[in-house]
Amino acid sequence: MKKYLAIFRIRFINSLQYRAAALAGMATQFAWGFMEILAFLAFYKADPAAFPMEFSQTVSYIWMQQAFLALFMVWFFEAEIFNAITSGGIAYELARPVDLYWRWFSQSVANRLAKTVLRCLPILIIAMLVPEPFRMSLPATHGQFLLFLVSAAFSLGVVISFSMLIYISTFYTLSCTGVRIISAVLADFLAGAIIPLPFFPQPFRAIAEMLPFAAMQNMPLRIYSGNIAGINAFWGIGLQVFWLIALILIGRYMINNALRKVVVQGG
Amino acid sequence: MRLYMKYFSMHLQSQMQYKLSFFFTALGQFLVSFTALLGIWFMFMRFNAVEGFSFPQVLLCFATMLMAFSLAEFMGRGFDHFPRIISNGEFDRMLVRPRRVALQVLASQMEFSRLGRLVQAILVFCYAIPASGVNWTYDKIITLCLMVICGSIVFFCLFLIYAAISFFTIEGLEFMNIFTDGGREFGRYPFSVYGKEALRFLTYVIPLALFQYYPLLYILERKTSSFYMFMPLLALPFAIPAYAFWRFGLSRYKSTGS
Amino acid sequence: MIRLEGINKTFRVARRKSGFGRAVRALLSREHETIHALRDVSFTIEDGEMVGYIGPNGAGKSTTIKIMCGILTPDSGKCEINGRTPWRERIAHVRDIGVVFGQRSQLWWDVPVWDSFDLIRDIYKVDAREYKRNLDELVTLLDLAEILKTPTRNLSLGQRMRCELAASLLHNPKILFLDEPTIGLDAVSKLAVRQFIKKLNAEQGVTIILTTHDMQDIEALTQRILLIGKGRILLDGSLEELKKSSSQRKTIVFEYTGKDPALCEGMTSVEGREGRLVVSLEPSICSVSEAIAYISAQVEVIDISVSGISAEEMVAGLYREYHI
Repeated sequence: MKKYLAIFRIRFINSLQYRAAALAGMATQFAWGFMEILAFLAFYKADPAAFPMEFSQTVSYIWMQQAFLALFMVWFFEAEIFNAITSGGIAYELARPVDLYWRWFSQSVANRLAKTVLRCLPILIIAMLVPEPFRMSLPATHGQFLLFLVSAAFSLGVVISFSMLIYISTFYTLSCTGVRIISAVLADFLAGAIIPLPFFPQPFRAIAEMLPFAAMQNMPLRIYSGNIAGINAFWGIGLQVFWLIALILIGRYMINNALRKVVVQGG
Repeated sequence: MRLYMKYFSMHLQSQMQYKLSFFFTALGQFLVSFTALLGIWFMFMRFNAVEGFSFPQVLLCFATMLMAFSLAEFMGRGFDHFPRIISNGEFDRMLVRPRRVALQVLASQMEFSRLGRLVQAILVFCYAIPASGVNWTYDKIITLCLMVICGSIVFFCLFLIYAAISFFTIEGLEFMNIFTDGGREFGRYPFSVYGKEALRFLTYVIPLALFQYYPLLYILERKTSSFYMFMPLLALPFAIPAYAFWRFGLSRYKSTGS
Repeated sequence: MIRLEGINKTFRVARRKSGFGRAVRALLSREHETIHALRDVSFTIEDGEMVGYIGPNGAGKSTTIKIMCGILTPDSGKCEINGRTPWRERIAHVRDIGVVFGQRSQLWWDVPVWDSFDLIRDIYKVDAREYKRNLDELVTLLDLAEILKTPTRNLSLGQRMRCELAASLLHNPKILFLDEPTIGLDAVSKLAVRQFIKKLNAEQGVTIILTTHDMQDIEALTQRILLIGKGRILLDGSLEELKKSSSQRKTIVFEYTGKDPALCEGMTSVEGREGRLVVSLEPSICSVSEAIAYISAQVEVIDISVSGISAEEMVAGLYREYHI
């Protein structure tokens, strides 16, 4: 545990050093969020009735999405883990297969948190200061905010346990780039990264909400913005827990399988 | 020129060795822009038009930006990777060769898998061109070609600026993505969608609107003056400050090392 | 001919902070350090010379090389190579030089060596007949015939280094800069590379500037040494002279049977293993014959060898002497 705190600390200090990078990153994300909102605004003006979410909810959704990008997006893979597998360095870690899964898991958590902590605050502050209708709103009740936190935590778990599956699949395919891109693109799209799930037409929306990807950024962002509230929020979190457990179990099974094969073949 | 073709065949040869990986990466590229396309499609299943533009018309925009970007990216990938070229010392090696450095950077990277995006752009054009209800006379066809060609030159200049910035700092680079990747992503809608200020910025500062928006108006017959037809050419002088900045960065690199 | 006069070069480097509190402060303000990489560096190298350029890491070796290649512009001073100023006429200047970086390859990774050579020929616009002649010669001298068709990624380090050397000579440069050419190579490859470089210099009159930490390279190849430390040229002379002037110390290797002998005054043990003893001897305190007699009295000596100071020791002594 201490080790992961240390990783977090190191990466965080590292990110402080590169202040130009931090600034540039924040500016990029801010501009991105801004432009997305402008686009949605244009659609809203075209036909307010057809808008499936309240506009203010959409605004909050987008700002939160940008602020916590590193936490929610699947495409923040750890190059280190891919390299460890493809270079065969894994052969040295065979003594404790159980540890390997959790080690990578915790490493991913630490890294994503470190990347997020620095960037989220300035973006959130500015998002709350810009004029209407671009302003981000705070959750209506304390309860809603709490539910958001819980959901965000589970969302992180689902995202990482999904990426674990991708890492583990590299054991079998050895060449990672294509699989990496394809899986990340599809996962993020179906999680509502390009447009929020409520904007999906039926039956796509129904299908998407049944997939594990709906348990990623889709849930916490919609809980925060108030799109999913009350009893629905609890159901949503329940769904997240379900997928989290399922993905972890699958991942553990796959990694044990893969490591056994590695032992047999000698790496 | 002959030298460039040599590099071309070398890269091709080298990348063809990994056929499976190439295929999957190209597929991945295709999917990236495909999800953007899906996003647009889903929106238009709900809304009939945005800022007066219908779905096929917006697709014309989307395909233009995509094609311009993928052409520029295919050629200029070396500049996109420039920060890495500097930091691993490959650039010093280029300086030891008796050729223009810009040419060497250009030739250093050609990712054929990026053509996945090009394929998609063509496919989208195949749908959008007939469906948009435009009367495709010769002048409109020329306009479209100008849009794509000048567009790729502008994107290429943005890559050049990105690379030139890395002469000064490697860290602060990310914001250029707003204009390169951002230009492509936000360019999926005609730029008037983003409001007057955005449009003005994209006309006078980073001339993306000059090849995406105004010529589009001409094609859709909302403006009839042929001035709008040739507006993409107005974006070309953007290359001058871009190249000047590159030369400036190069001389600074030579005097301060890395 | 290479001539440097009064070359100066300083760098400004941002200082990185460690620790949490200082890192936050670094976020707000940046401190800069000035590094004087080169101070008043001057030397002349005639055509056909072979020079070893040595010094500890960070002394300014690679900065000097970069300036001579035309990659870097000095703050002040003159540099003339074959009548040109390198950084002002980069393309013309670079056509006449060859560079080998020990650790970074100039060959393309996934394609056969032959294709890399062909591309280099195009870059340097080498005449077809001249290219064929050069290539045949280099292939023979460096024994490359079997590996020309192999992709670079499949070559061993020794093979790759031989190809690197060939690649840098395809365009017949008059000057060759070698940066750590034997690093990481096995003994056989090292010998082959040294052999080749010697021949190149002796027969073709190619001026060679060699930076290396491997003192055996220095001993085998160079006549002249330039020592740089903390940005200044500290020594410029022939290897023999330097050896003679730096120290009279001798190295004696004893091979013996019996238990380990004791040492007398003036002897310091360099290496001691059962049956083998290497001592460094200060002849003013204890002469060579006295030392041999002393040891022979204690053990049965099977073999002795006496040599002057090694280049390694000499250079280490120099570093100590100049505090670099």
